[in-house]
Amino acid sequence: MKIVIAGCGKIGKTIIASLVKEKHEVIALDSDPAVVQQVVNTFDVIGICGNATDMTKLVEAGVGKAELFIAATGSDELNMLGCFAAKRLGAQHTAARIRDEENNDEGLEFMKTQLDLSFSLNPEQLAARAIYDIIKLPSATKVETFSSKRIEMIEIVLKPDSPLEGKTLAQIRKAAKSRFLICVVARNSKVYIPKGNFELKSGDRVGLIASESDTHKVLSFLGETPKPIKNVMVLGAGITSYYLAQLLLASHIDVKLIEKQKERCVEVCQTLKGGTVIRGDGMSQDLLLEEGIQNTDAFVALSGKDEENILISFYAMSQKVPKVISKVNRDELSSIAEGLGLDCIITPRKIVADVVVRYARALQKSIGSQVETLYSLFGGEAEALEFKVLQSFAYSSIPLKDLKFKDNIIIAGIIRGNNAIIPSGDDTIEPGDNIIVIAAGTNVYDLSDIIAAR
Amino acid sequence: MNYGMVFNTTGKVVKIEAIMLAVPAIVALIFAEWWYAAAFAISAAIALAVGFALTLLRPRNQLIFAKEGLVTVALAWIFVSLIGALPFVIGGVIPSYVDALFETVSGFTTTGATIINDVEKIGKSMQFWRALTHFVGGMGVLVFVMAVTSKATDRSMHILRAEMPGPIVDKLVPRAKDTALILYLIYIGLTLLLAILLLFGGMDLFESLVHAFATAGTGGFGIKNDSLASYSHYVQWVIAIFMILYGVNFNVFYLIILRRIGAAMKSEEFWIYILTVIASIAIVCVSLVSVLNVAFPDALRDATFQVAAFMSTTGFTTANYNAWPDIAKAVLLILMFIGGCAGSTAGGFKITRLIILVKKLGNDLKQTLHPRTASIVKFEGKRVDESTLEGVSGYLVIYLIILVATFGLLSLDPSGFGFEANFTASVSCFNNIGPFFSTSGMGTFADFSVFSKIVLTLSMLLGRLEIYPMLLTLTPRTWIKK
Repeated sequence: MKIVIAGCGKIGKTIIASLVKEKHEVIALDSDPAVVQQVVNTFDVIGICGNATDMTKLVEAGVGKAELFIAATGSDELNMLGCFAAKRLGAQHTAARIRDEENNDEGLEFMKTQLDLSFSLNPEQLAARAIYDIIKLPSATKVETFSSKRIEMIEIVLKPDSPLEGKTLAQIRKAAKSRFLICVVARNSKVYIPKGNFELKSGDRVGLIASESDTHKVLSFLGETPKPIKNVMVLGAGITSYYLAQLLLASHIDVKLIEKQKERCVEVCQTLKGGTVIRGDGMSQDLLLEEGIQNTDAFVALSGKDEENILISFYAMSQKVPKVISKVNRDELSSIAEGLGLDCIITPRKIVADVVVRYARALQKSIGSQVETLYSLFGGEAEALEFKVLQSFAYSSIPLKDLKFKDNIIIAGIIRGNNAIIPSGDDTIEPGDNIIVIAAGTNVYDLSDIIAAR
Repeated sequence: MNYGMVFNTTGKVVKIEAIMLAVPAIVALIFAEWWYAAAFAISAAIALAVGFALTLLRPRNQLIFAKEGLVTVALAWIFVSLIGALPFVIGGVIPSYVDALFETVSGFTTTGATIINDVEKIGKSMQFWRALTHFVGGMGVLVFVMAVTSKATDRSMHILRAEMPGPIVDKLVPRAKDTALILYLIYIGLTLLLAILLLFGGMDLFESLVHAFATAGTGGFGIKNDSLASYSHYVQWVIAIFMILYGVNFNVFYLIILRRIGAAMKSEEFWIYILTVIASIAIVCVSLVSVLNVAFPDALRDATFQVAAFMSTTGFTTANYNAWPDIAKAVLLILMFIGGCAGSTAGGFKITRLIILVKKLGNDLKQTLHPRTASIVKFEGKRVDESTLEGVSGYLVIYLIILVATFGLLSLDPSGFGFEANFTASVSCFNNIGPFFSTSGMGTFADFSVFSKIVLTLSMLLGRLEIYPMLLTLTPRTWIKK
């Protein structure tokens, strides 16, 4: 598919990387020649130096024949205008990064219809959402919800004293009262789709699927029974922090934002209903102690600097804060931080790239199914996808045990109407179902891709 | 340095060469040259073995940077040449390995300089192999590998840039592999067209293919001792026109195929190239008519052919230009320096660089007159950035240094072929043209000393890869781990 991306900042580059990996034809547009040069050197794309709203450059990039145009520059207005121009020039679908609070209120839908945007990207809001999901389920390092929230995928890191240590999956399955599925395990930066004889070890990152109503039961069975989070301290009062505070306050969790800049403090105070805004340097340990970091249930580091976030997160851990979440945008830093023991890291640009990739896959003609949700897991080594099964799906109504799946692919969940099914061999795929598939090492575009042969 | 990736890619290229070597083996079987068929088969086996040995080292990661791109290209060319020389030695056509290497490098770099005195006697399959090296070397060995294998990673741009000639290398389409494929399809298409036109001119299939290959790569290996002089006027005209075409930037052809003829015709480089060709033809033609009293049609044909051959750095000959007036010889010599367009199969300094340099010079003059003017260099309607300008100026310096060094080393040869022969031989090899001027009527490079041949071999490789890849590979610091 031909995709034009305007704006090659952090978000833009991550989107480019994922799309090139998906074998799309990508044309990158940026106003900084040095950035264009770097993008062309690192990715298999064509780079054009120019503004996102420059007609001639857009034509040169061939937006007229592009299936998708993504505007990911730093400015909302530029993105909207660029998308408008691209659409008028003939791009089939357009997506703009729109992140400012004032653009993301009720007016967003209006703008989207007026500009004929296919979707808008708000990295900050997506990140806030992801952090919120973790805070609601604090024993997990990551929570992904699938459509209608019937099924959740939870990522946990096995602690050394975990009751699962040394047990095989078959043993665990026998002992468990509620249904869940351990569908993917990352060990020493390798990702496995485990079989029944797979033995878990402490330090494994485990991804498991359970129906939403069962998650708490499952977690307590796994020996993860933290008390629910009642108050959260957030470093930085940027856009992400603002969205997060809104979400938390709405579900009656107390929030304390720490922000250096006076103007920003005032701004947040004006718009946020409830919560506390502290003006001060969040990197100062004195200040954190004074504001009661020792008594807070969760600490979220959302300052603009990755390094600060990592360091202050370690400090928070040393102060025995039960849940520490940090935003780290640079890949190399997040892997270092993970290696040092920071297990809960949020990377907004990855989340955004997932959204774009899912959309691009859904655009590609699929035969019997349609991608509804897509999450990349464990740094892109594996992915979780949700498909909607269409009438034309060739393998419906066949028990799963009679289907032969490709290696490293597992069907982890079936959503049928209001029921969430954690599948066993006797379950079938029916048209109208939503199917959750976990795949390691391969990309799945269509549900029939997962079946090797009948 | 990512040694794994460098050797792995080189190994892949060598394996592809093994397949290439099978082609002349088949030709040898067709013409019942049994021993030559065996020679090609043995060489192919050696190529396979070397290829597998090179790919033994598994790359730990796929990360390559500009450095790896440059070294990969240089190493691939060196290995391909070293192995490509084997059939000549095994087949007994060229007993000395240094000579055979010279011939092969001359083939792959599309120089067309030969050390074979009687080319009509070496056998059809050997003639075919020489032409095939031109064809593959013309568009680039690694570009070929990229086009046929799916192994193009995110950073293959570094390899494309290192092998494609010219100061600014852009992809035609987003994916490097597709770009390589499109370039090769245009290249093959043009070559087939030429071969068909030559068939109409009375050549047999073998002759037309060999000449089409040699013209396509702007190489210049013929199968007759007098190159193309004994062929019909029609053949000479067809080849002259195609030589000019192969010196054009392939982007122009791509635009024409996309039916964006307007955009194609806007290319500044294309027009300057064409105008240079026309002006040169005019000067040479007039001098031939006025000084040597050659009849106009013959003068026009010879002038066109020779100008095309030198400007496109092909180096076919139809006339004894050694006996031409000084002004005609001077024009040909100047054309040797200029060369074709960037992104073509031609060698030389590249007219693109010359245009940019001249524009920069104009800018500098303007700057001197009006020190406060803000001015930029524009090429093809776009601003040429500082780093490209610096790169082009730097290239000129290193280009001259290597040319002078080659000439100096050649002059060490005790046999003493004379100043003119030494100088034009250096220019000819370094710019990948082939023929050189000689007062003594010397036609081939056979009589040069072994040392001179090695110098010229290196010089051809330096010229084809535009200096930096080879230079970097020959620098010890590239290889020392720090």
